[in-house]
Amino acid sequence: MENKTLFDKIWDAHVVKSIPNGPDVFFIDKHFIHEVTSPVAFLGLETRGVSVLYPEKTIATPDHNVPTIDQDKTIKDKLSRMQVERLRENCQKYGIDLHDLGSDHHGIVHVIGPELGITQPGMTIVCGDSHTSTHGAFGTIAFGIGTSEVEMVFATQCIMQVKPKRMRITVDGELGKGVTSKDIILYIISKISASGGTGYFLEYAGSTIRNLSMEARMTICNMSIEMGARGGLIAPDETTFDYLKGKQYAPKGEAWDTTLAYWKTLKTDEDATFDLEYSYDAADIEPMITYGTNPGMGVKVRDMIPSTEGMEGSEKKSYLKSLEYMGFQPGEAMKGKKVDYVFVGSCTNGRIEDIRSVANFVKGKKKADNITAWIVPGSREVEKKAIEEGLVAILEEAGFKLRQPGCSACLAMNDDKIPSGKYAVSTSNRNFEGRQGPGSRTLLASPLTVAAVAITGKITDPRDVFEN
Amino acid sequence: MAYDKFNVLVSRVVPMSAENVDTDQIIPARFLKATERVGFGDNLFRDWRYDSEGNPKPDFVLNDSRYSGKVLLAGKNFGSGSSREHAVWALYDYGFRCVVSSFFADIFKNNCLNIGVLPVTVTAEFADEMFAEVEKDPLSEVKVDIDAQTITILSTGRSETFDINAYKKGNMKNGFDDIDYLLNLKEEIGKFAEKA
Repeated sequence: MENKTLFDKIWDAHVVKSIPNGPDVFFIDKHFIHEVTSPVAFLGLETRGVSVLYPEKTIATPDHNVPTIDQDKTIKDKLSRMQVERLRENCQKYGIDLHDLGSDHHGIVHVIGPELGITQPGMTIVCGDSHTSTHGAFGTIAFGIGTSEVEMVFATQCIMQVKPKRMRITVDGELGKGVTSKDIILYIISKISASGGTGYFLEYAGSTIRNLSMEARMTICNMSIEMGARGGLIAPDETTFDYLKGKQYAPKGEAWDTTLAYWKTLKTDEDATFDLEYSYDAADIEPMITYGTNPGMGVKVRDMIPSTEGMEGSEKKSYLKSLEYMGFQPGEAMKGKKVDYVFVGSCTNGRIEDIRSVANFVKGKKKADNITAWIVPGSREVEKKAIEEGLVAILEEAGFKLRQPGCSACLAMNDDKIPSGKYAVSTSNRNFEGRQGPGSRTLLASPLTVAAVAITGKITDPRDVFEN
Repeated sequence: MAYDKFNVLVSRVVPMSAENVDTDQIIPARFLKATERVGFGDNLFRDWRYDSEGNPKPDFVLNDSRYSGKVLLAGKNFGSGSSREHAVWALYDYGFRCVVSSFFADIFKNNCLNIGVLPVTVTAEFADEMFAEVEKDPLSEVKVDIDAQTITILSTGRSETFDINAYKKGNMKNGFDDIDYLLNLKEEIGKFAEKA
């Protein structure tokens, strides 16, 4: 038998039909939806006069545009309110499970899927959101789709996909103090570039990845799309199984044993080949931060912004335009630059371990006067744990403002906007122009680096604060 | 949703050389709040096209009266980032039927093919020649022939072939979308689902 990658095994097991010189008809096990990319898909169903084929395979939650204060009150913004109401109507009409605002499991779609145990190894998962790649941490093929495809999944539980190529990224060795999974992925993207993964599906491997918790793995898989890759997965192992055991939607009793036996088969065969491979040494990775307007523009916090040497034509023009937007110069040091806002949250770093790491760091300290500090849990469950563990008290004591769950300032569809011209160091995933509000300037970093910035008021390597 | 059939397009070109143009630039998140697919063209490239008071920025290409056409000539890695199909709705609604680049982001390209905007991937040299020609003469035109899978710069005669799979080509030519195809497969899908 031919040796196969894990990606190939899962993909091939979900092909209903292959079209010669065309895409595969690809079966979807789980479909997550939210209020922003679903209404037009539901409208499409109505126009065609078709229904949702397998409503039990779709899970809904409003997350993108919801306010993060007063969630028990009517949403003030008319358009946001309409989208959330439309989601409720559609879920009711078609019998789709909705984790609504204020319910126990409301939250960012990519946070609640794993925490409920809906996301399971070997599955194919899609959502009208590019950070669906998060679920790859469980050994799934998970990726973002457009609204036309959301409609296809509603109507037929399938989409038409050309199979991507395979890339493996191996990271071996022990991480240094103050270096987190966010730094690993920002480092990889800075090496491969914001487009280097285009056309590929990734597998992350190596001892460094193996030693990460599930939440840390999710942070890595989440940002696969920021290299242009459709998604990235990590083979499931004991860490995965321990995480899932006892979760609400995880199999129970005998079913658990049978399923577990299958999950244990989910790995890349030893002699399987990849179309492209990269390897990195964990010892080379340090706390990272971005300085430009795509996630590939990242450096070590203690480094300088790269010069334009060797660049020409439209590459140089685009690079300088990006720095101009940020208000930075080539060759400048990152450390010491003044910051106005910090944001802890999003599907990248809005889970309990992220909040713990910030709380532990700022415990007994105060945020700098020039900093506005927002912390937005990824879900109600995360919020509940953060309160129970006393983290919220620590954070509030340090001057952080805790808000209610949602995508919030990651994409600023609600009122959580960074003002024009201001600098935000953010645990989210994108530093695009205006991403956190028109004119806002975003620098991506780990929760730990964000905590250090909050305390000092300027760009800081978290290791420098440890040492003091 | 059905769209206009695509066969042969002869058009002027709107050049936008910036690299890594993400879908947040094509349509910012705050304009994604609609529940119907209407009016997205008004907010295409909103923050590059208008200042904070809503006045057109004169140096942006869509506000430059020299340029118009149904073909957008874009820089490398066009359409990266968010999977929002609204970005393609905005391009289509504004009047673009074809985007030419030497490198497209993956989800964006899929979304284009699903709603009837033809993504044409050309070599970097061909893109450079297109940029040079339209800069020299904004009235210069290209011809995109989906059947022959060719794009031709009419002023220089330079032509290149482009890739599109046979299935998607058929869809573009007929204005079909994938759901029409998938709905006809319901029986096979049902059998597959039982097994899964």
